[in-house]
Amino acid sequence: MNGAHDMGGQQDMGPVEYEKDEPVFHAPWEGRIYALRRAMRAWGKWNLDADRHEIELLPPADYLRMSYYERWVDRLAAQVVKYGLVSREEIESGKAAPGSTKSNPALTLATSARWLSRGIPSSQDPKVRPRFKVRQRVRARNINPTGHTRLPRYVRGKAGVIVRDHGVYLFPDSNAHSQGEKRQHVYSVRFAATELWGEVASPRDSVHLDLWDDYLERA
Amino acid sequence: MTAAGAAANAGLVSAQGPGQDRTQAHQTVPSDLTLRVKSLESLLVEKGLVDPAALDALIDTMEHKVGPRNGARVVARAWVDPAYKKRLVENAPAAIAELGYTSGQGEHTLVVENGPKVHNLIVCTLCSCYPWPVLGLPPVWYKSAPYRSRAVIDPRGILREFGMQLPEDVEVRVWDSTAELRYLVLPERPAGTETMSEEQLAALVTRDAMVGVAKVTLPTSGGNA
Repeated sequence: MNGAHDMGGQQDMGPVEYEKDEPVFHAPWEGRIYALRRAMRAWGKWNLDADRHEIELLPPADYLRMSYYERWVDRLAAQVVKYGLVSREEIESGKAAPGSTKSNPALTLATSARWLSRGIPSSQDPKVRPRFKVRQRVRARNINPTGHTRLPRYVRGKAGVIVRDHGVYLFPDSNAHSQGEKRQHVYSVRFAATELWGEVASPRDSVHLDLWDDYLERA
Repeated sequence: MTAAGAAANAGLVSAQGPGQDRTQAHQTVPSDLTLRVKSLESLLVEKGLVDPAALDALIDTMEHKVGPRNGARVVARAWVDPAYKKRLVENAPAAIAELGYTSGQGEHTLVVENGPKVHNLIVCTLCSCYPWPVLGLPPVWYKSAPYRSRAVIDPRGILREFGMQLPEDVEVRVWDSTAELRYLVLPERPAGTETMSEEQLAALVTRDAMVGVAKVTLPTSGGNA
């Protein structure tokens, strides 16, 4: 989705605002929503890609206006209704519906350490063949998916060189929408800064992106 | 009505009215957010969907167990132990785990090394990807629109804002964390630290240096904390 979240190369966003000795959370509610959103994912109703996409579904003006964790508050309330864990009426009243069954938390204190250390699925599965090789020249495809994608706009149509094969990962564009894992290779692709931005860029500089097979074509 | 719309009516996800100072949203917290999160948490607890003790544990981990001190220890070890540095660059997750740091979002960590003619800078233009086990949660500026938009198109401008003027003959490599790989910059060991212990060296290494927006400096020569 060509949303507000796809920020690489946008201009006039202002100076970076640096905060000295910044705390991990600026207020208790930030910590609570951070933990709530992570704990609720343990129900397995939505995966990490769907979780990221949910943030992207905020209307662009809201995305830009809200603070980072304010987005999380908005999205978690939407997610629990969308995936049927909480009814709209319960969100509206702030109370569990009379007579509704009480669940056992998917994530408990006893399981939280294991959940925290759980890995993101990936593998070196030899059955999944890479379509490209290290040092091969490739082009990022000029595609504009309307759903979730991890192919930023600023590299689409640009040529680069594969510098590393990271192995096999789930394909976010399909996995976010429960349309299959479509396991495929992910590569580190080096794009010359001048290829991306033209002559204003330093001829020495480069940007590396980690891109899935389906994002690339031969150049 | 959409789910989000319904929730908005309940005040759980309501948009703020006009006139609020948005640029300071993370510092002057609208009390309304405190109430919305309390309301959401109490509903989820009442329905048995979350365990408050597990939430406390998650928060405690991010506030006290992970953070840039972990990364600093990794960097200092790499500076004093060439064999460790070799393992770190070849297989960062295993080398980082040697020091006991194994929590999530770090299983696909890559270490990129700075040198006299190469400077690395980390960003996530699409969201907020960051190597949690070694650096903790990212600071607000790292997740902000100014940094995410500009790090890829004007990295030298970003570095100047952080007080670092790189000579033209230094190559800048920007790493945009678009997949599940997470990046940690291995900064250059500053001159004049030859006699320092590993522990003293670790105390010099800052979060900013491991993201690539600062160099590691000796306390007497200034620099960002």
